[in-house]
Amino acid sequence: MTPAAIALNRFGLGARADEAPPADPRGWLLAQLDRYEPLPPTWQAQPRTPALLQALVEQQRNARDAAQGEKQAARQAYRREARDTYLAAVGARAATALTTATPFTERLVHFWSNHFAISVDKVAVVGLAGAFEADAIRPHVLGRFEDLLLAAVRHPAMLLYLDQAQSAGPQSMLAERQAGRRRGLNENLAREILELHTLGVRSGYTQADVTEFARALTGWSLPGLEAEAAGSEAFRYRPAMHEPGARMLLGRSYGEAGEQQARAILHDLATAPATAQHIAGKLARHFVADDPPPALVQRLAAAFQRSAGDLPTVYRELVAAPEAWQPAPAKFKSPWDWGISSLRAVGVRDVAPMQVANLMNQLGQPVWRPGSPAGWDDVAATWAAPDALLRRVEVAQRIAGRSGDSADARALAPRLLPGSVGEATTQAIARSESPASALALLLVAPEFLRR
Amino acid sequence: MALDRRGFLGGAAALLAAPRVLFAQAATERRFVFVIQRGAADGLNTVVPYAEPNYAALRAGLAIDPASAIKLDGSFALHPALQEFGALYTQGQALCVHAVASPYRDRSHFDGQNVLESGGTSPYQLKDGWLNRLVGLLPRRSKEAIAFAPTVPLALRGSAEVSSYAASALPAASDDLLLRVEQLYAADAQLHALWSAALDARGMAGGQEEGGRRQDPGAVGRMAANFLAQAQGPRVAMIETGGWDTHSAQNPRLAAQLRGLDAMLAALKQGLGEAWNHTVVLVATEFGRTAAANGTGGTDHGTASAALLAGGAVQGGKVLADWPGLATGALHEGRDLRPTLQLDALIATAAAETFGLDRERVAHALFPAGSAVKALPRIVRA
Repeated sequence: MTPAAIALNRFGLGARADEAPPADPRGWLLAQLDRYEPLPPTWQAQPRTPALLQALVEQQRNARDAAQGEKQAARQAYRREARDTYLAAVGARAATALTTATPFTERLVHFWSNHFAISVDKVAVVGLAGAFEADAIRPHVLGRFEDLLLAAVRHPAMLLYLDQAQSAGPQSMLAERQAGRRRGLNENLAREILELHTLGVRSGYTQADVTEFARALTGWSLPGLEAEAAGSEAFRYRPAMHEPGARMLLGRSYGEAGEQQARAILHDLATAPATAQHIAGKLARHFVADDPPPALVQRLAAAFQRSAGDLPTVYRELVAAPEAWQPAPAKFKSPWDWGISSLRAVGVRDVAPMQVANLMNQLGQPVWRPGSPAGWDDVAATWAAPDALLRRVEVAQRIAGRSGDSADARALAPRLLPGSVGEATTQAIARSESPASALALLLVAPEFLRR
Repeated sequence: MALDRRGFLGGAAALLAAPRVLFAQAATERRFVFVIQRGAADGLNTVVPYAEPNYAALRAGLAIDPASAIKLDGSFALHPALQEFGALYTQGQALCVHAVASPYRDRSHFDGQNVLESGGTSPYQLKDGWLNRLVGLLPRRSKEAIAFAPTVPLALRGSAEVSSYAASALPAASDDLLLRVEQLYAADAQLHALWSAALDARGMAGGQEEGGRRQDPGAVGRMAANFLAQAQGPRVAMIETGGWDTHSAQNPRLAAQLRGLDAMLAALKQGLGEAWNHTVVLVATEFGRTAAANGTGGTDHGTASAALLAGGAVQGGKVLADWPGLATGALHEGRDLRPTLQLDALIATAAAETFGLDRERVAHALFPAGSAVKALPRIVRA
């Protein structure tokens, strides 16, 4: 791959036929850090988190207050509404990816959204998934990691997905008041923050650390799960649920009161050397190789620590890294990356939300539904499977059929993969029996499946 | 050109079947259907010159055994897969045209199809298609034409308005694409292994005709007939077929292709009922294939090929050919069947006679670059 092809594909979302390849690939990537729009028009049309949370709260109230025979109908009405919200957000995500002038930063959005994974297989998350990405992830991908972490774990989608919203300290006022009712500590969010979001698994924390962190997080909840109105809030600290006392975590005592206690812990986690290593490793795996070069990971981790988690500093180190510009493609595109790059390749700018959702379901990566807080795996073995490959060929045929002969694959190939199309692919395209078949072959060529 | 934007990606309703069918409406009882064979169909094994002394030697293992072929006359026989077409021939409702070619003389599918569909004499000379210009000549009730596919092929593109209708059948990847992907992945260890495993798992290895997920040509014929049979229905249609580019394993592949074409014609005839008597179906390809077999059980890109006409309105039961022979000196550039009839003239004649239009006027409108000059004997009933 040439540097231009690397910038477009390894760092970006694939070239669009109507855009010239970057003359200065590194400069093109770095400039995107200054031109990024956290909330582009495609997202502005979507409802924001507080309104969506209010709808959820109202549904819960309606279901609670409904007559016995009507509770089910109230729940179903909300589910339909949440499903529509989800689909619209899938459409906004795709439309943004198809039209963005800053594909590198969009890739970063997708990376971080997957790092802080939520999954719509939990019903309460369905209506909030898009807003999680729009309101928790997008504003912070070019900020400090600590702010991103805070925004992600305080978002209602995360608080609901990892069962934090109802976690109460055993000695809290609420537990005392409601003695006998089953309200207590839930360790889920605390564990995943340590294991997945910050330090990383097997980085030395113990079960006692998890429990202490969970106690510190008690009270981090949502507004209005009782009779209150949600208003414009999306997060509420509930002192009555908080476990009193100082916490001992990873050899440090946290004597802060209330909400500040978990904040202090998150600050330390966000800036810990293990977190720097963990994030560096994941970024390098995402952009460079399934088994990232250790020297690269070290340099990214050092940049992370040196800057106290300033993410653009880390991204600049990545763009500067020679390992990221190795000509041999080392990554197999995920279904999302392949699907989006294929649609960009044929110049699609808008797709019906249902069609994007169906496409990603067929390709095996339903949007915001990784099914696990670990998110989607980021190695070839996960995606390079026989049936998955056959599906890509079928989808390619459909996309090419839809494009008809409006795109000439012979001219398109060198624009999508400047200087990087091999002889076998060039010949296969040239020898195809129709323009559509040539285009389908281009979309499933080895050079296009990898980056 | 209004495309149905719902016909993209999504659920079953959005998925388009290949072959694709495209229609236009006209105030006439006559129906004209153009079937394009994309990929350069092998005319020499479709309409076999079994009496030609050089045929068997050139074709070697690919030669069609005259004993199994359907004899048409003392010179030519049909590929044994064309049973329905053979029966129509006997009834005087089908005819074959051989050693026929468009003005295009190079061997690129893209360029050859562009010339065939646009009606120009060189690639990209014209922006619209001859089938669309034919619609413009018809005394029509409505200016509307229908493309029964998500995109309109070049032949039906132009100033006559065309909207589209996407068929709902779920398409598997075509056998042709599967084979090409197999070749593309041959040198890539990871993808080759994955692909082989995928094909094994789905029982489609080699893209042979016994695979379980093939397109259904009969369904395409029935769908086309449903539209064309209606009193107020379209009168001009186009059906796209692919998979004719047989560089290897030609015999089983061509047999499957021709069986599919035959099944489509049969379904069209049955579905049209009485309207079949007013119908002309023209089957043509962008160019033919080499006279000799290549080293991989197939044939490479050539020049002249065969065209087929079928329909109750066809004045059939004959083979039109100014046969050039297959002797080395008789071949085009020493390798291809030499063109002796103009495909453009055939199209102009068939279209003019189908709709009772003046042949010269039709030829000028459809082929403005002036290639369709030679007249042909009558091929459609008056």
